[in-house]
Amino acid sequence: MTSLIAGGVDCDVHPAVPHLTSLLPYLSDYWRDQVTTRGMVDLVSQSYPARSPITACPDWRPEQGKPGEHLGDMQRHVLDLFQLSCAICNPLYGVQMVFSEDMADAFCRALNDWLVKEWLDRDPRLRGSIVVSLQSVEKAVAEIERCAKDPRFVQVLLLVMGDTPLGKRALWPIYAAAERLELPIGVHAGSAYHNPPTAVGWGSYHIEDYVGQAQAFQTQLTSLIVEGVFARHPRLKMVMLESGFTWLPPYLWRLHKFWRGVRMETPWVDRAPLEIVRSNIRFSLQPVDAPPEPAMLNRLFEHMQSDELVLFSTDYPHWQFDGQDALPEGLTPDLVRKIMIDNPHATYPRLKELPPKEARP
Amino acid sequence: MNIQFRERTESASPLTTKTAIADCDIHPARATRTELYPYLAKRWQHHLEVYGVHAYQGMMEGPPYPKAQPNASRRDAYPPEGGPQGSSLSFMQKQLLDPNNVQLGVLNPLNTGQGIRNHELSAALCSAVNDWQIDKWTSKDKRLKASIVVGNEDGMTAAAEIRERAGDKNFVQVLLLSRNVEPLGQRRYWPIYQAAEEAGLPVGVHAFGFGGNPITPSGWPSYYIEEMVGHSQCQQSALASLVLEGVFERFPKLKMVMIEAGFGWAPSLAWRLDKAWQRLRSEVPHVRRPPSEYIREQVWWTTQPMEDPERREDLFDVIKWIGWDRLLFATDYPHWDYDEPSRVLPAGVSEANRAAFYFGNAQKLYGIS
Repeated sequence: MTSLIAGGVDCDVHPAVPHLTSLLPYLSDYWRDQVTTRGMVDLVSQSYPARSPITACPDWRPEQGKPGEHLGDMQRHVLDLFQLSCAICNPLYGVQMVFSEDMADAFCRALNDWLVKEWLDRDPRLRGSIVVSLQSVEKAVAEIERCAKDPRFVQVLLLVMGDTPLGKRALWPIYAAAERLELPIGVHAGSAYHNPPTAVGWGSYHIEDYVGQAQAFQTQLTSLIVEGVFARHPRLKMVMLESGFTWLPPYLWRLHKFWRGVRMETPWVDRAPLEIVRSNIRFSLQPVDAPPEPAMLNRLFEHMQSDELVLFSTDYPHWQFDGQDALPEGLTPDLVRKIMIDNPHATYPRLKELPPKEARP
Repeated sequence: MNIQFRERTESASPLTTKTAIADCDIHPARATRTELYPYLAKRWQHHLEVYGVHAYQGMMEGPPYPKAQPNASRRDAYPPEGGPQGSSLSFMQKQLLDPNNVQLGVLNPLNTGQGIRNHELSAALCSAVNDWQIDKWTSKDKRLKASIVVGNEDGMTAAAEIRERAGDKNFVQVLLLSRNVEPLGQRRYWPIYQAAEEAGLPVGVHAFGFGGNPITPSGWPSYYIEEMVGHSQCQQSALASLVLEGVFERFPKLKMVMIEAGFGWAPSLAWRLDKAWQRLRSEVPHVRRPPSEYIREQVWWTTQPMEDPERREDLFDVIKWIGWDRLLFATDYPHWDYDEPSRVLPAGVSEANRAAFYFGNAQKLYGIS
């Protein structure tokens, strides 16, 4: 295995909401009443069935409750074990599946307040992502502005499969707010299930949905690039979370070829897709959809033609690796330092607000 | 790409000195709107005149995303006698087959009866296209071989069409498109695979088609380029479905060809499938072996449009991971993103790999002597 270094940033951990009722203290009287009167059930998404092997590494599965529900477990399993300087919390709770924009907004606000009180306030190493629903762009922008006042929020969190492709112009006010507030947009695996989870329809299996996340990321990158998001917002960073990255080089070869062929269709795309990805797009490390040989993985990093694209992640508590093998075999010490420390800090400007090291536990 | 085609005398043409190649993706077109009518019952001729084809998309004619060029084809490929690009055998011979010494050309007709909501009409049109391929193309030029097009959403009728054509040496494969009502591994399509396996014919899955599903899992995008690039994601999802539904396990002699959807994605998709399968195989016990093994043994890829990295050696890593024995050269004639045979592989590729890439793999797969 490749040795980790202390002081790393884990860019993708998932604190679990124990149950919808856990959000009741953070909801208004009206929404609290709606949840209880209507008998609403827990918003667990099909993307991560609680007992699915992918959803939790066997070593990290608690005896009771959901994996990732207890701060003490997260501290023991990753924060302390890997001697992290900080970890970015990306709550995956099914608020995006809701169809009413008012209800989705109420749940997002409650979820963000819950994250502050139950997690960020209880361990100074934790940072948060602002969860918003895209049902209403106006409400999403308002929520970003509300949460951004707390410097511990370092990113905005979206899902990779939603109602529309992410490059669509109607969403751009969100990107303008994020750029202005120095918040990268994190795009995480998962679906609102408002569209079939593959571009060829509904498959039969959970494994099919999971494999299909990678194709969803590919279509979103195309949308973001060709709609011109980064021509309008050149300082905006986007982070693909739990996306896999071994697909990236061949995907870009194809996109680049077609862009050269039909760029007259999208003349506002002012740089080659390869350049846009190198300057504006980042990828979390796990899952590494790795080839059988470490030497092949190193060739893949060569194909990426940049050592700045990948950010360390454990994807806790999802089961991506065994034991302490959070880094794939064969990485050089230089690349490990880039992935674990330099690249995350270059991507998330708000990590500068970390307390000095001696003040940390 | 467009190529300026200059008149030259037959004796000046260096045809016979070029190495023979196979072109595994040629698109023959109809010269007129009614060219299929002699092969269609009166009822269907009338139906087409009154109602059109009623596809899984809204346009009465043409594609929902306007192409970059008329008919998505080279501007220099209009036949001198008139008609759209790809509709003249003599001009195809002159522009593609002769100068490139194409000794095997696989015809993949598009805009046939596939992706039509009326399944009876779909079957009638597909059968007509199959007759038309023999009459207009393969009986007139022995280098050309046809694909059996089938009404893709009605598996039983499609299987009957395959059995009807089985053993006819004009045909070398069954043709499906990647985008259907459901992912291609679903049971409604299994009769097609069973019939193809029995007939010893590979099933080609060409990019495109309409099945009613948005071309991204987040809905409909804005641009033609998103559809073009998106075909490779559709193909990945279709192949994942075929593996995970157990199609390769159930039909172990079935061979499938991924046509015009790229091949660079194949290694990473296989690694991702393997990793997910190790975790989640209890959900799919019918998938008995690591997914990458089925793909390595039962899937081929056509080359056009070749992925185009900044450094060519990167592409050769990927080809090595897929296997030089699994790629089938294709031009996509007469479409605009045509790959010119002489420019696809640079110097430095071994003679054996070059020969397999341009001809040997196709010859073996399609059983051409």
